[in-house]
Amino acid sequence: MSADILTVTDLKKYFVIGQSGLLKREPITVKAVDGVSFAVREGETFGLVGESGSGKSTVAYTVVGMYRPTAGTITFRGQNPFANKTRPLALKKEIQIVYQDPGSSLNPRRSIKEIIELPLRIHRPDENRIEQVVRLLEMVELPPDYMYKYPRMLGGGEKQMVAIARALATNPSFVILDEPTSALDVSIQGKIINLLIRLQKEFHLSYLFITHDLSLMRNVASRVAIMYLGKICEVAETAEFFRNPYHPYTQMLLSSIPVVSEEEEKLKPQKIISTGEIPSPVNIPSGCSFHLRCPARMDICSRVDPVMIEVEKGHTVRCHLYARASESIPPSEQ
Amino acid sequence: MTVPPLVEIKNLHVHFSVYGGQLKVLDGVNFVMRSGEKVGLVGETGCGKTTTMKAILRVLPMPPARIPQGEIYFKGRDILKMSEGELAQIRGRGISMIFQDPTAALNPVFSIGEQLEAVIRYSSDQKKPLSPQEVHQRAIASLQEVALADPERLLRSYPIQLSGGMRQRVCIGMALATGPELLIADEPGTSLDVTIQDQILRLLRKLVEEKNTSIILITHTLGIVREMTDRVYVMYAGNMVEVAATKELFASPQHPYTRGLMDAVPRLTGGGVSDGIPGRIPNYLNPPPGCRFHPRCPQAIEICRREKPPTYKLSEAHEVACFLYADNGKGTQSS
Repeated sequence: MSADILTVTDLKKYFVIGQSGLLKREPITVKAVDGVSFAVREGETFGLVGESGSGKSTVAYTVVGMYRPTAGTITFRGQNPFANKTRPLALKKEIQIVYQDPGSSLNPRRSIKEIIELPLRIHRPDENRIEQVVRLLEMVELPPDYMYKYPRMLGGGEKQMVAIARALATNPSFVILDEPTSALDVSIQGKIINLLIRLQKEFHLSYLFITHDLSLMRNVASRVAIMYLGKICEVAETAEFFRNPYHPYTQMLLSSIPVVSEEEEKLKPQKIISTGEIPSPVNIPSGCSFHLRCPARMDICSRVDPVMIEVEKGHTVRCHLYARASESIPPSEQ
Repeated sequence: MTVPPLVEIKNLHVHFSVYGGQLKVLDGVNFVMRSGEKVGLVGETGCGKTTTMKAILRVLPMPPARIPQGEIYFKGRDILKMSEGELAQIRGRGISMIFQDPTAALNPVFSIGEQLEAVIRYSSDQKKPLSPQEVHQRAIASLQEVALADPERLLRSYPIQLSGGMRQRVCIGMALATGPELLIADEPGTSLDVTIQDQILRLLRKLVEEKNTSIILITHTLGIVREMTDRVYVMYAGNMVEVAATKELFASPQHPYTRGLMDAVPRLTGGGVSDGIPGRIPNYLNPPPGCRFHPRCPQAIEICRREKPPTYKLSEAHEVACFLYADNGKGTQSS
């Protein structure tokens, strides 16, 4: 087993969005991320799945340094990226990000060459930039003459390839992929995904892959974590995760996916159907935040927030159903 | 005599005038559905799904849109030749539409009640107007139908006070309040989270089955079509490239585009992702001659570059517009 490249421990990120109470002294906070812990291993693709408002992008933005955590620690190869007020350049270079919508993450007034050049200018000032731009474009399977084009001249898939080239320009070891294909059509998605997988092998990259698409996750991630309202509710190896989903929310999520074949239909939990609304992150329910929608809720769920329990080796769940020590209870025997 | 189909579109062309020329978006669309059917329309962004449906309702902005050729029949009557008055009737009680983004579909400055009651008033028989109480009662009934709790309070609230899922329920309630014969649902769950989408689709299916409403479901997600419809049209770049019963289409897709699309869907069973279809959707200002899919088609042959493929019938309900099936004979059998 390879070592951890990134460790996130009890990460919290709260946003103050207003004041309330007498004399407006009490801040209203959104607990976007509320005590998240996970570790990404060297060379793996760690999948972070959740619906909108679950805090998955906040985790990403905090890791990359756009936000400072409210509490908790992040360790990247033994270093704390938040030790100083500003992050050292050498560390910035290691962690890069690809955003969801290449239409808005690329500056429309810059040529592709200028877009890819910017990180080179900052991080690798001594090299021949044109050569590097050509090399990066080749890496993402785009012809070199694309450097003279502007984003509007490219299709969505090609734009995303440029965004990937820009992220790789600094020669990073860790890349955050924040829904890299959800703005693209399915016929184009495959090419981007396979390109990312190839680049990962070639450059020994570690990925934090964020998506809401579990079917896609099944095919790219080595391990999967499910987030719901700022907390992780289940983490497991991908194959194990889809074979044996424990958390009621995970089961609900899986049962909601529209699939295209009978074989997939069989993998979906049948007994559970989606009910209820996703609560607002400003007003998170007490106890387990999922209890209002949970078909298996018990008395304790509305009062006590469950803790992470290892139900099988490498498979952890945050649910009271499995609180009876760490013996394994397959979901079918509930 | 035979009953005319509920909707029939014949050789529909829609062009848009833009700076730089004519966007030739729809290029001879043919479509038929009978009353009571649940028909899916799949295709990727920009393939003309929404344009086709807007043409049925005649809500395309003209200009810039223009219909140089084609006919659209609703229960045997040509929609394109109707007067505004006749059209209003069809929009009122014949056909309803649900849009992708419920936030944009609802007016933010009117309460749910004002909007819903206006729809009910407008669509009711103009000679026997409903009393305000009746309108109110019907509004409440239509919110209850879409499983929204506390309808009295909801009628007084504004769209911004509701969640995305609730807004879409309101839109569904509004669309069905008029008792339409045909419901056009344009990506009804796409802007919602997957667990909420699942709820909305299940609700829609239940209501449509209860009321025996015909539905055209537009989506780019193949899985949704599989779960919701009886028959599917696959659209690419302004053409219907394949139509088949849903089961048959998923069991044996024939058009190279349909196959590519199916292969590109990541499976829950794993096994990696296929590379998808190379290239991208053509520029409608200057679409490729012949089959519009040929530049991306792995099986393109000489004729594809020159001629537009006709539709070949593989079986009673399975038709495909591709020269690869030219030998299968027209109107004969085998699949």
